[in-house]
Amino acid sequence: MRITTTVNGTEREVDDVWAGESLLYVLRERLGLPGAKNACEQGECGSCTVYLDGEPVCACLVAAGQANGRQVTTVEGLAEGERLHPVQEAFLETGAVQCGFCTPGLVVAAHDLLQRVSRPSDLEIREALAGNLCRCTGYEKILDAVRLAADRQAQG
Amino acid sequence: MSTDAGTRSTTTTPGRVGYGRVGDSARRPDGTLKVTGEFAYASDLWHDEMVWGVTLRSPHPHARIRRIDITEALTVPGVTAVLTADDVPGDNAFGLEHADQPVLASEFVRYEGEPVALVAADHPETARRAAKRVRVDYEVLPAVTDARRAMDPGAPAVHRPGNLVRHLRLRRGGEAPTAPVVVSLDFEVGMQDQAFLGPESGLAVPAEDGGIDLYVATQWLHVDQRQICLALGMPPEKVRLTLAGVGGAFGGREDLSVHVHACLLALRTGKPVKMSYGREESFFGHVHRHPATMTYEFGAQRDGSLLYAKARLLFDGGAYASSTAAVVGNGGTLGLGPYRIPSVAVDAYGVFTNNPPCGAMRGFGCVQAAFAHEALMDELADAVGVDRVAIRQLNGMREGDLNITGQVIDSAAPVGELLQIVSELPLPPERGAHPDLRSLPGAVNNTTHGEGVVRGIGYAVTYKNVGFSEGFDDYSTARVRLEMTGGEAVATVHTAGAEVGQGLITVEQQICRTELGVERVVVHPKDTTVGSAGSTSASRQTYVTGGAVKAACEAVRAAVLDRAAGVLRRSAAELRLDGEKIAGPSGELLAGLADVLGDDAVEETVEWRHRPTHAIDPETGQGEAHVQFAFSAHRAVVDVDVELGLVKVVALDTAQDVGTAINPDAVVGQIHGGSAQGMGLALMEEIIVTDGHVRNPSFTDYLIPTILDMPPMQVTVVEYADPHAPYGVRGVGEPPTISSGPAVAAAVRAAVGKPLRRVPIRPEHITGT
Amino acid sequence: MDFLQPASWQEALELRAARPDAVPLAGGTDVMVELNFDRRRPGALLDLGRVPELRTWRTEDGCVRLGAGVPYARVIDELGKQLPGLAMAARTVGSPQIRIRGTVGGNLGSSSPAGDAHPPLLAAGAVVQAASAARGIREIPVAEFFTGVKRNALAPDELIGAVRVPVATGPQQFSKIGTRNAMVIAVSAFACALHPDRRAVGTGIGSVAPTPRRAADAEAFLAGELESAGLWESRGELPETLARAFAVRVAAAASPIDDVRGTAAYRLHSLSVMARRAVTWAWNDLREAA
Repeated sequence: MRITTTVNGTEREVDDVWAGESLLYVLRERLGLPGAKNACEQGECGSCTVYLDGEPVCACLVAAGQANGRQVTTVEGLAEGERLHPVQEAFLETGAVQCGFCTPGLVVAAHDLLQRVSRPSDLEIREALAGNLCRCTGYEKILDAVRLAADRQAQG
Repeated sequence: MSTDAGTRSTTTTPGRVGYGRVGDSARRPDGTLKVTGEFAYASDLWHDEMVWGVTLRSPHPHARIRRIDITEALTVPGVTAVLTADDVPGDNAFGLEHADQPVLASEFVRYEGEPVALVAADHPETARRAAKRVRVDYEVLPAVTDARRAMDPGAPAVHRPGNLVRHLRLRRGGEAPTAPVVVSLDFEVGMQDQAFLGPESGLAVPAEDGGIDLYVATQWLHVDQRQICLALGMPPEKVRLTLAGVGGAFGGREDLSVHVHACLLALRTGKPVKMSYGREESFFGHVHRHPATMTYEFGAQRDGSLLYAKARLLFDGGAYASSTAAVVGNGGTLGLGPYRIPSVAVDAYGVFTNNPPCGAMRGFGCVQAAFAHEALMDELADAVGVDRVAIRQLNGMREGDLNITGQVIDSAAPVGELLQIVSELPLPPERGAHPDLRSLPGAVNNTTHGEGVVRGIGYAVTYKNVGFSEGFDDYSTARVRLEMTGGEAVATVHTAGAEVGQGLITVEQQICRTELGVERVVVHPKDTTVGSAGSTSASRQTYVTGGAVKAACEAVRAAVLDRAAGVLRRSAAELRLDGEKIAGPSGELLAGLADVLGDDAVEETVEWRHRPTHAIDPETGQGEAHVQFAFSAHRAVVDVDVELGLVKVVALDTAQDVGTAINPDAVVGQIHGGSAQGMGLALMEEIIVTDGHVRNPSFTDYLIPTILDMPPMQVTVVEYADPHAPYGVRGVGEPPTISSGPAVAAAVRAAVGKPLRRVPIRPEHITGT
Repeated sequence: MDFLQPASWQEALELRAARPDAVPLAGGTDVMVELNFDRRRPGALLDLGRVPELRTWRTEDGCVRLGAGVPYARVIDELGKQLPGLAMAARTVGSPQIRIRGTVGGNLGSSSPAGDAHPPLLAAGAVVQAASAARGIREIPVAEFFTGVKRNALAPDELIGAVRVPVATGPQQFSKIGTRNAMVIAVSAFACALHPDRRAVGTGIGSVAPTPRRAADAEAFLAGELESAGLWESRGELPETLARAFAVRVAAAASPIDDVRGTAAYRLHSLSVMARRAVTWAWNDLREAA
């Protein structure tokens, strides 16, 4: 089947999509956008988090057909050209990136949190990011990153 | 509403931020690509005309293969190849220490999930469909799935001649004396998974010379290359490996996974072949941490001073040898912890079973033992009425002591000091009257509003060898080039040391900047066109590959100064190289690097070794087995809902001696992440194997800690430079995984008041239901 | 495999009838896992995500008519007052990303014994509205909806259109056991609802039997004891002995098994602890409200 989806602001069309294919597969293997990661295929790790019509979802659990005609924003769509988004910058600055496999999903989830809650408490951060597993960092520097991005955002 | 006040993490490190030299918290060179999603992990690779490979695996823990019929699979449209053991051109065997594992099973399968056949097709779904049409006729055989029964007479033999992989016998200090106080216990540790987030993946591209180029996520390119060459029957120059982006490793990528399979399919189809495991297959696609059953006994004076220790450790190696022998080596030689013990008797065994193969995971044999020796140390403290910190300080190793293999601890061994630090760190605040659900055991699952919740505190101190031991020729190779490019001095550093997320590439840059004074350092892709760097394991890369890079830089510097000496007609000994300048004895500028090099590059390749280690005596286990020891201590504070058996770790504080912190931020990151993995094993992480079958191969049922499970951490980094190591570094990655779990387990015991002699501690162990 | 994407409820029902081999797809949080793990290859997927009627809720006749396609995140944000038990349960479902996609209708459709929405729906006395093109709407009390492990009372040509959940007239609680502090499938779960208007108690238990179910004896027992002690009237303290006796009866309604997530014995034990605690919280809430 044919899928037409607006991805990171550009309309993209793909043909011969198998009905059981996930949005994640389409992004990664058909549209050349491997930023969202495939780590569990069952919505348990958050590594494939992307925005679907403005809401953060696990792309592995969205059937490709469900994204037809929708707006998708992936981690590749957050920076403005060479200028990183403040959340991305904060992840770098605080050392929240090690192997980095969870990073794209966490960046999107943190980006979403800070859009909704400008100064989240630590417990709010923890609840909001509980769907994003990280195996390298123990999450400490990820919390640092979100706090830093929130501070920067508050300062405008 | 309660707040998080007072529970913020703190980090006590030197906190240097400078110009990206040794000692600075330099940023990762791959960081920007990783936050933008552009970094190419192995699973992100793509090639024109690429096809997908999948693996058909055994459903049985032990069976004879009578017949494999691939006819039907070959008829599936889109399928380009179906391969079995008959298609392996070289030796159908691989393995890290012993080549005992078939590339594809031929006569027998020895564990559930063993690869039997391969399929390549134009879409992964097509390949999966076709794999289901490979008919394998199995004769199911009796399986040995209880390690404790593996050495029984009459137990089914997993391999000839029998099921013993290694027995390490260690005796020191003569017969155990009679001790006024004797404590003992049995302890059991479940099978932990590395659970790296990026599943196994690789892309094999057939080359025009008949060889193969493999891009793969791994921990040691050259040991892979050696095994692939044997299986393919090809010389090393035809089998070229490049490290693809690695999504974590933790030991789980030491053994081969997709490597030979992807190459076989690529050579057969003549097309690039990508293989990427899903999460479920990943659980079958790599080795796990050995489950262990252990029996320990301590004899002590009435004041708590240890007189003797006896230990028996049994590691379930699963179906193939992998690194079981080395894990037994560690468990046996280090398994009594960082204590001074006059008389010691240890027997450590690794056995074959028809369970999943077990091998390397962060902490490597020390993790299992630490749960036992630290639980027993608490028993001893209670038996003699001494504080649990004090008993460890009383018996803790000090620099100059002999360990249980008779080796001198010849650099810092700050056991007492690390314990002192963690015991004096501020404790988390008491629970308020109306705690936020998210701060309680069970969190928003709303199982308690404070009822049944008891706080417990636990301590642990452990140590770990750094680098490869027991006489292994442990070296690394570094190639460093210095040249002027666009008017700027540029160094290029080339090693095969696998960057798995830990930050080796950052360290390589920092060392080049420090030694050569350049700002710009290019990290060459990791591949097999340079010599081996050894494995990214055993907390060794900063030490060993760092040492090699330092030595290569020194060689480059010497060569540049030699040239400068010729140009300037002065003695090289009185010249200094600082970036783009050649300076004289008092720092005066004598020439520019450009004047000396012109368009030339100076390049040096150095193979660097740490001090040799030695095999241990087979009768006594005595010998200088290890090159370096790294110490860490943890204090855990937990809230346990003792009625429901649910646990919330409230604090996990630690102190660790890192020698010299090359990159303080990265060091702390290792300590955070390592601590989380230890905590996971203590509380939730276990591959459940019943009769040889894995029952929870998914992230739904194999649970790793989430951000709501991890507490804030206070980390104190202690730096006692090791005079024998480059820059004084000490391995960092593994110690936190070893001491955190036992501290958490001890804290739970303290809260619950039950022995809890098994990890992970499940709710029903706490409730007794 | 075909991908069917109806744009209206009527079209959805017609496709359902025409394609018995189709699997309805709501938020995808169950179905896509089965596809990704190669557990299931249906003839077609029937995507209900484009049916606008399913994504709304409204209050009518003292009930919330919750469209089958309303995701958990909206239940949490919009229905915490009307359906507090369901909102509490919704907050424990998977991760934030899952709660944005997953729906109560999908949960009912999967009919897992561990479905988080089921216990509060049982406690509240909800009714499933099934519909077919041929026969129109059929109402099935949720207590009669689950017929076995992952099986339910839907006919092959039926879809779940909505669930009607009585608006809470008293406190509700939901508790669930997991071996991690987030993102867990229930080892056991308990929901209770106090209905002071009719002096009744509702319960629902999850992951402790082949289907989610009520603990009807426990409900009747507690309501009766409260009545005979005059507690509905007085709003006096709930005696601990009564809470314990209730919990024993709740556990008696369960018939759990051992599996990788927990033992049968622990399931029973934890269920009774949750029942005792949750009913006490609910009763205390009722007293405070008085």
